[in-house]
Amino acid sequence: MAVIGPLSRSKPSVSERGTEAGVTVVDWIDERTSLSGGGRWLMFRKVPKGTNWFYTLGSATMFAFLSQAVTGVFLAMFYEPSAISAYESVRHITNDVFMGEFVRAMHKWGSTMMFVLVFLHMGRTFFFGAYKYPRELNWVVGVVLLVLTILMSFTGYLLPFDQRSYWATIVGVNVNGTGPLIGPYLADFLRAGPEFGATTLARFYSIHMLLVPGLLAALIGAHLYLVARLGTTAPPWQRAEADPELRKQET
Amino acid sequence: MPPRRDRASRYTADRGIPGAFEGETVTRRRFMTGTAHAMSGIATAAFTLPALGFALGPVFADIEHSWQDIAAAIDVADDTYVPLVATITPGMGDAGKTTVYLRAHNEAIDGPRVDEYDEFIAVSTRCTHLGCPVRFVEASERFVCPCHGGVYDFRGGRTGGPPVRPLDRFYTRVRGGRVELGPRFSVNSELERFSPRDPGQDLDGVGQYLFPARPTARKIEGT
Repeated sequence: MAVIGPLSRSKPSVSERGTEAGVTVVDWIDERTSLSGGGRWLMFRKVPKGTNWFYTLGSATMFAFLSQAVTGVFLAMFYEPSAISAYESVRHITNDVFMGEFVRAMHKWGSTMMFVLVFLHMGRTFFFGAYKYPRELNWVVGVVLLVLTILMSFTGYLLPFDQRSYWATIVGVNVNGTGPLIGPYLADFLRAGPEFGATTLARFYSIHMLLVPGLLAALIGAHLYLVARLGTTAPPWQRAEADPELRKQET
Repeated sequence: MPPRRDRASRYTADRGIPGAFEGETVTRRRFMTGTAHAMSGIATAAFTLPALGFALGPVFADIEHSWQDIAAAIDVADDTYVPLVATITPGMGDAGKTTVYLRAHNEAIDGPRVDEYDEFIAVSTRCTHLGCPVRFVEASERFVCPCHGGVYDFRGGRTGGPPVRPLDRFYTRVRGGRVELGPRFSVNSELERFSPRDPGQDLDGVGQYLFPARPTARKIEGT
């Protein structure tokens, strides 16, 4: 019989007990949810040969969205969506609040970053032919995500409520109004009336921070599901390798 | 292959469903499913429709015509404009105000007066291209828009750039020697009055039908 050494008999170290506790917690959750299977399905996928850095543009866009969501939530703690106090509250965030200027700048420049990344991601998908069968639906979802991103930029632009925001929104709403037949109603809906009024800002704020982010998050989920379900494509310069046995048979 | 059930009959009894009543066409299971779906449909509509109505309501809200005192009639010339500040949307501070250019009716320029609202001409500064604020340039007697280069003549008619119709106007009336500013109206290239339209909406030709006026904000009856 093997003699068990005194070392392994001693009390488990702190790190061993920590690992043990972690495993227990994960097991406890997994036994009740079976999340690990789904996690493996999502994370440990087969990717084609030739997968390169261009394939990270989608994730980069998603991280830009997450950054916008997080900074946006914290900006909302100080922002007041009222025509009288909006500008003052933004000034307060920028000048007085600790790190306020930094968080606001993250949100402001992050939106431009997200926009750029969306288009790079879209360009990658287009030029790699990754929109083709069976991924057409994911392209459609992606286009809806693009439109929602544009809507986020449009509604967010008004919120600082300075001269630039105000006039840009006037112009933007009037562009909507130039659509025949439904244009006038669309413009009235955006403004909540015939003139830019006290509720216009609140309406834009609600669309910017509740309606569209909710839709974006849900559709990003659908987008990711389809990516995991259908897999990614090889870049167009990647040639399929024929089985050498098959090649012999052909010749 | 399993024998296909006779789908032709409307009656559950004929389709061999256990416990069918005579003359019964909908199974109890189908009835329950249908009821549950209808109930959830009603429940969803019960919160969706009011919320939608809440969001769309302002579009259809009636707009009261209001008249605001803006100048003494005697101070206003008929050969140039005086810029005045008027409140378009009350209750939101400076953001609810706009500049209005006012001058007295000039028969040499405007022809004969058509009605009591024609004593003074109040020109809106909202560019009819996309709504930027135009300014009146005294030297050239032109209204000029800073955004995309719209240019209008002394009467507000478009002379250059992207605008689709002349500048909007406001009804004016004189009460006790004071000029009062009333609701906005739009004009076509002949300066005929139309119910107010948003910028970018053409009023010549079929424009007035392509861009319907909102039912709640009409020009004053008979003008």
